[in-house]
Amino acid sequence: MTQAVVDRLKAQFEERVRETSDAFGDHELVVAVKDWVEVAQFMKDDGDLQMDHFIDLTAIDYPERESARFDVVLMLRSSVTGARIRMRTYVQDGEEPGTLSEIWSGANWAEREIWDMFGIKFDGHPDMRRILLYEEFVGHPLRKDYPIDKAQPLVPYREVDDTQKLPPFGIEEGQPFARIDWESRLAGGDNQVSPAIGVQQGQRRALSDSEAAQQIQARIAERMAKDE
Amino acid sequence: MGELKVIGGGGEVAVTTRLSDLLQWARKWSLFQYPFVTACCGMEFMATAAPRYDIARFGAEAPRFSPRQSDVLWIVGTISQRQGPVVRRIWEQMADPKWVIAFGTCASCGGFYDNYATIPGVDKVIPVDVYIPGCPPRPEAVLDALMLLQDKIQANDRKPIIVPPRLVPERAPGRTGEGHS
Repeated sequence: MTQAVVDRLKAQFEERVRETSDAFGDHELVVAVKDWVEVAQFMKDDGDLQMDHFIDLTAIDYPERESARFDVVLMLRSSVTGARIRMRTYVQDGEEPGTLSEIWSGANWAEREIWDMFGIKFDGHPDMRRILLYEEFVGHPLRKDYPIDKAQPLVPYREVDDTQKLPPFGIEEGQPFARIDWESRLAGGDNQVSPAIGVQQGQRRALSDSEAAQQIQARIAERMAKDE
Repeated sequence: MGELKVIGGGGEVAVTTRLSDLLQWARKWSLFQYPFVTACCGMEFMATAAPRYDIARFGAEAPRFSPRQSDVLWIVGTISQRQGPVVRRIWEQMADPKWVIAFGTCASCGGFYDNYATIPGVDKVIPVDVYIPGCPPRPEAVLDALMLLQDKIQANDRKPIIVPPRLVPERAPGRTGEGHS
């Protein structure tokens, strides 16, 4: 059924439908950024297609790709025919595809989320603001070049030096909650706590599994002895 | 309640203690809570508040949905960076004396979230008195935390503390019909 959608679009737009593909019966087509809105509008309005159900709009970042860094992907369904289709376009950094919020109002927030997470603006969008993060946030966190652990706190973190803070968690409290220090782990060490975080939080080194097992055994034995 | 001194006998008995002890005793048995519930730990919090576990036994059954009327702030769930100022403000609005319980791993240290969106432990923003480990914690752990907090209130102890695990005996009574040794 979705093949019919692709055929219809190919007949209408000819070579402006640049690529088509098919994965497990779900069809996909690729169009240029300049044709983005027009093809979408056609899919909504055409009597054969009637793509009236906007499922989702999202983006993917391929920083290594030189021609166009981002994919913007639109997922549609027709509640009349039951057909589903995916439309994709390749967007360069700074390029602005047209907004779909005039066609499906659900696209409004999806486009704001893409702006928030990837930094792709949509031309003609009525309210191009961040939707999940805050205005003070610098950068776009789902871009692959955003540092994975970089936080931008709105409230400055407390100085914890003056408090008699206990180490938050060790394995004997139930689970090893500490952040794992992968660098030292890979180098053969058993340090589970990232040094930077450990210093910041006053954390002690988490126990290795064997140490923890020993301690738990000892505590159970102690407890049993006391009960007797 | 601190040191109790019984005076007299027979028909008339008076008991003396220190005023501060009496105050702490009154405080620990009438904790009005402000549940700041943001995530899945909320289900466990509801389970604890429901009749089976019955936190009314500890005088902590009354939730206040205004921070100005509450004594204990429960941070139940993940706190995002965007919520940081909100949590901070709610804590500032509470009247002294006030206590904070970090419910679950996310509230305590950020849990498995280590990214742009999450505060790695609500103690980065407000001081915490009791940490409850668990993802989510069992209701028993929550009740342990409440009792721990009561002890700390009575002792006027503001040192942060973690709820310790309950040790499981190797053979629980009744399981094998033998009882545990």
